[in-house]
Amino acid sequence: MSPADVAAPARAAEDARYAPRRGALGRLLRSELRLVLGRRRNVVLLVGLALVPVLLGLVLFLTRDTALAGQGPPFVTSVTSNGLFLVVASLFLCLPFLLPLTIGIASGDAVAGEAAAGTLRYLLVVPVGRTRLLLVKACAALAFAAAAVLAIAVVGLVAGAVLFGLGDLTLLSGDTIPLSAGVLRVAGVVAYVGLSMTGLVAVGLFFSTLTEVPVGAMAATVVVAVVSSVLGQLPQLEVIHPYLLTTHWFDFAEMLRIRPDGGVLAEGLAVQAAWVAVFGSLAWARFTTADVSS
Amino acid sequence: MTRTHEPPQPAAAEAVPGAPAAVATRGLTKRFATGQVAVDGLDLHVPRGAVFGFLGPNGSGKTTTIRMLLGLVRPTAGTVHLLGEPMPDAAARVLPRVGALVEGPAFHPYLSGRANLGRVDAADATTDPRTRARRVEEALERVGLRAAGDKRYRQYSLGMKQRLGLAAALLRPRDLLVLDEPTNGLDPQGTREVRHLVRELADGGATVLVSSHLLAEIEQVCTHVGIMGRGRLLLQGPRAELTARRGVHAVVRTTPAHVEAGLAELRRLGLPDARADARAPGPADEPTLVAGLPDDAPPPQEVAAALVRAGVDLVAFDVRRPSLEEVFVELTGEGFDVAR
Ligand SMILES: Nc1ncnc2c1ncn2[C@@H]1O[C@H](COP(=O)(O)OP(=O)(O)O)[C@@H](O)[C@H]1O
Ligand SMILES: [Mg+2]
Repeated sequence: MSPADVAAPARAAEDARYAPRRGALGRLLRSELRLVLGRRRNVVLLVGLALVPVLLGLVLFLTRDTALAGQGPPFVTSVTSNGLFLVVASLFLCLPFLLPLTIGIASGDAVAGEAAAGTLRYLLVVPVGRTRLLLVKACAALAFAAAAVLAIAVVGLVAGAVLFGLGDLTLLSGDTIPLSAGVLRVAGVVAYVGLSMTGLVAVGLFFSTLTEVPVGAMAATVVVAVVSSVLGQLPQLEVIHPYLLTTHWFDFAEMLRIRPDGGVLAEGLAVQAAWVAVFGSLAWARFTTADVSS
Repeated sequence: MTRTHEPPQPAAAEAVPGAPAAVATRGLTKRFATGQVAVDGLDLHVPRGAVFGFLGPNGSGKTTTIRMLLGLVRPTAGTVHLLGEPMPDAAARVLPRVGALVEGPAFHPYLSGRANLGRVDAADATTDPRTRARRVEEALERVGLRAAGDKRYRQYSLGMKQRLGLAAALLRPRDLLVLDEPTNGLDPQGTREVRHLVRELADGGATVLVSSHLLAEIEQVCTHVGIMGRGRLLLQGPRAELTARRGVHAVVRTTPAHVEAGLAELRRLGLPDARADARAPGPADEPTLVAGLPDDAPPPQEVAAALVRAGVDLVAFDVRRPSLEEVFVELTGEGFDVAR
């Protein structure tokens, strides 16, 4: 046998030892989810969000027989008659600031947090490919956004059921639909609100690839959400309103009409998809070429 | 020994003949956005099986070079081959065979040492998850962290953090270890342990590239040395050659009355630069004479015998090879520990 013949099986064994194994992406993703959802700061944020429906429910419960009852923004006034509305009212109250704040913190931290800790360089030399790492970071940030929305929804549902009971749902038009259909409508609201957060997650991920200072990325992400809703209130800028990140967030109300307008919902989701595409690409372009000198 | 401006002579330095170099760079250069050229035209050659001491003062470009080797930083110019494969293109294939410690350890502070290693291993697409727990324990054992494995990383001392960094590099067998300042923050005992570990890894057949700004800490374990200064590779080659060929000196201690006779005899023997060394340590009534021993000089034992025959008082006689530090000072004209 020539030396080459001897070397060939050894090299094949060698190649196998360093070949990627099945399920590797799933393992990394699970590890990432455990890290993000197990992190104390993030748990505190989720608990904070979950307290909103509890507090709102208690306030409405304690004032229900006083002169103050029935006052307040839309949806809130309906809670005492049907606990299901506590879910919608809580999301309505969290949407302008608390939800973007929470999601800005988690997504802005995604890459910048690892860079600041120095763990980013060690993930890259493991090696984890940069595209794969960004994908996993995006999935984890989206999972956190989903957890944030679900924390409000689930706790809202339970608190609403306990405090006010659940019943047939009276829609915005005044029509009433049975409880089972009502639950589906509210689930639709939750899903729409969750999907409405995807654009913000992408923005946060992009900022996160720009800096080694996580607080900077978090703040910038929240500022984008706030500025977007400010711009959305200036009639002079009406021409750009349809494309703003936040304009369609409250269109979830469409789900509570007797005949939801699919076009309105689709437009809101399309705008989110566009933000995801643009900022996802920017994040990818930046992250796959940047020097990691943290 | 290869001065970098001469053509490289890899074959001469090959510790494992035939195998491609563990690390080979060509004209490797990094100019940062600030305009600073941190690494300038490096032709680094680390033969397989070597323990390569990558030495240089703080700020001389060691870490930046290592970042480019590992694909973390994109070179402005030049190429990198690790274990015969081009970086960063072959990163997915090569890096599983490379264990690295880059500019200090870094882990998640709120996770335990054990959980941190688990996370690093979970990120590796090429390891077997069924053997993870065992490999994590072995790595902890190897660096002496087994008992502290469940402590949170933030509670670790600097030395324990450094050990955990080494453990992460050792989660699986490696062909190449790149260790950037592995002794930083360790006490003398810890430094000895790292040296021992490096020797053990090399005995197991791995190539080790170990950087340090403290030459004395790793000098003794290196088979090869590369010396950086201001972003350039000033010198590289087998350590023994670096210190053997360069400035071997005879050191003679005598009595004050015999200084002149001693110098005269040394010069007569063909050591023209013989001189009294006033700064040499030792009592004042035992002055020290120093003379370079060029290749054509008589062997040291004959020099000693000739001095005795000439009636020169010989209190002590020694042959001194320069330390790497002296080689460095000679090369750069600056001390080793100066910051840039
Ligand atoms: N990201 C960076 N941007 C600009 N300059 C840098 C960067 N990283 C390192 N440098 C500079 O490059 C030089 C070499 O640094 P480094 O490679 O860390 O040296 P060493 O590891 O030998 O101490 C230093 O002067 C340092 O200030
Ligand atoms: Mg350094």
